[in-house]
Amino acid sequence: MNNTAKPAIIEIRNLNTRFGEHVVHDNINLKVNQGEIFALVGGSGCGKSTLLRSILLLEKPVSGSIQIFGREVIGLSDEQALPLRRRYGVMFERGALFSALTVVENVCMVLHEHTQLSKRLIDEVARIKIALTGLPADAANKYPGELSGGMRKRAALARAIALDPELLLLDEPTAGLDPLSAAGIDELVLSLRNALGLSIMLVTHDLDLLWRVTDRVAVLGDGHILGCGTMNELSKMEHPIIREYFYGPRGRAANEQIWKKK
Amino acid sequence: MENAADIATAPHSAGLEISERNESGVVSVQCSGTWIVRQLIHIEQKLDHIVWPDSKEITLNCASLSALDITGAWLLRRTAETLRQQEHQVKIIGLRPEFDNLLQLVTSSATDTPFTPSPSPGLLNRIGQRTWQSVNNLTSMLAFIGESTIIQLQSLAHPHRIRWRAILHNLQSAGFEALPIVGLLSFLMGMVIAYQGATQLQRFGANIFIADLVGLSMLRELSPLLTAIIVAGRSGSAYAAQIGTMKVTEEIDALRTIGIRPAEILVIPKMLALIIALPLLTVYADLAGLLGGMVMAYSKLDVSFDVFFYRLSDAVSLASFMTGIGKTPVFAAIIALVGCYQGFKVTGSAESVGRQTTISVVQAIFLVIIADAIFSILFNWLKI
Repeated sequence: MNNTAKPAIIEIRNLNTRFGEHVVHDNINLKVNQGEIFALVGGSGCGKSTLLRSILLLEKPVSGSIQIFGREVIGLSDEQALPLRRRYGVMFERGALFSALTVVENVCMVLHEHTQLSKRLIDEVARIKIALTGLPADAANKYPGELSGGMRKRAALARAIALDPELLLLDEPTAGLDPLSAAGIDELVLSLRNALGLSIMLVTHDLDLLWRVTDRVAVLGDGHILGCGTMNELSKMEHPIIREYFYGPRGRAANEQIWKKK
Repeated sequence: MENAADIATAPHSAGLEISERNESGVVSVQCSGTWIVRQLIHIEQKLDHIVWPDSKEITLNCASLSALDITGAWLLRRTAETLRQQEHQVKIIGLRPEFDNLLQLVTSSATDTPFTPSPSPGLLNRIGQRTWQSVNNLTSMLAFIGESTIIQLQSLAHPHRIRWRAILHNLQSAGFEALPIVGLLSFLMGMVIAYQGATQLQRFGANIFIADLVGLSMLRELSPLLTAIIVAGRSGSAYAAQIGTMKVTEEIDALRTIGIRPAEILVIPKMLALIIALPLLTVYADLAGLLGGMVMAYSKLDVSFDVFFYRLSDAVSLASFMTGIGKTPVFAAIIALVGCYQGFKVTGSAESVGRQTTISVVQAIFLVIIADAIFSILFNWLKI
């Protein structure tokens, strides 16, 4: 899948991030190609989410360049970033649904803000998107506080795809889900990519998700990219942290399961 | 559009044209361009006003469709469905395989039951609900007061179970840290009263009575009330917000599972601390208010500080001072209980935290003023 002919959706060059004295990212280079499902993995606290937040302009790196859709984003004002922000959807780890709004209002709000479509069409489209994420129809009129963790995650995904984005950024899409729902998210991510040609970048710890849906994976550790490639390539790499990650007891189980399925 | 890579906002647009019917009587509708969410506004408007020909067969020709997303696919499907309901035979042709997949996806997740909002309740219904809510509110508030009182009495019986650290912490945040604002406002209040009184007293040559005016009004009424209102705004709201947020993050439940009664650790220390802090703050406010009055008396009426003091000891009896201070523990209990109670009433969302915090301040100030009025009647009756 290392198709360099396809244009890069996200390109990160020489990125350095520091929190005070603590170096989070040390000269990171990454490229996410169009139509690719790209995953960022690494131990807790290695700066995966920080990298995601830097891409989203929520965190300012010390130096380096981040290009999204071929445009430099570091230093953009909120106003300048608006056209870019309309083109990607984000799902936060804990959902970040607006608790004062129902699920369908959460989705509609994005559409109302950025399109002039009629109320009726927006409502219909919002319900389609909620149904796409596998939520039952009656969940649409509930408030986030009334939903279970897994349903909240799906609702957050529905809001992320509200504007039919070209790029989807998912922070831990399957964390805290039961295996069945997690498998549902796997399917959903794949079908979204296949049907819409989306590019997807996700941060995850879920080895099943990694084996089943990702095209390429980057392993982050000690502030560096330790390895980047398909899961098969990564699983052959010699780096101790990568081996630890993929060949720990749980890594092996996920690996074996996938091979059994194949 | 400024950028070549900016495909989505590039000047492609979505199109919809009805062409003439061909010899077999089939009307063909050309769907073209990019049917994506940001460019569908014209299509939607066109579809709203379109007059469909009365042909039996209509073909939606999508061969020149260059982009389609979920919204576009839904609009396409909805159009086809509407036409089918009008007894047309509809065919969608020329769709690229990936677009066809998308259409299938949208079709499979479309719910056939249209959304009907639950009817809004009638006037009588709403009145009933409100009344029931108020009654519930009252009983749960009484239950909360009762529970807190029992726990408080229990902890007084077993002093080792009182959380002194928490009390000291609350004393600092609700008492000590409130000193500057309470002092400043009382000082200004004393000045304002002296200023308002000065012109009236001057007319009668009764300058010296400024001490009576400032002393009695500040010590008996204004200082306790002003301090209570400031503390309700500062600390009562903080209690509600803190407990409310803890409820949202399930910390309250965690306390229960650890075997600690939430009221014991969250309510009692706050209440005890405030019952200690508010009278002290009020004495401080009395002093600041008198100082303000003295400054104004000196500058407006030429009443020197020692004359003012001399007059004050005649004008204000110990009973007047004590009636002022005596009310404040009650005010403190009201503020702490209302703040904590509203905090516990938070349910689930950030909005709820905000709402209960607001209610806590409004309710605390309201109840403090009511209590003050009751005290006035009581003191009058007791002739204090």
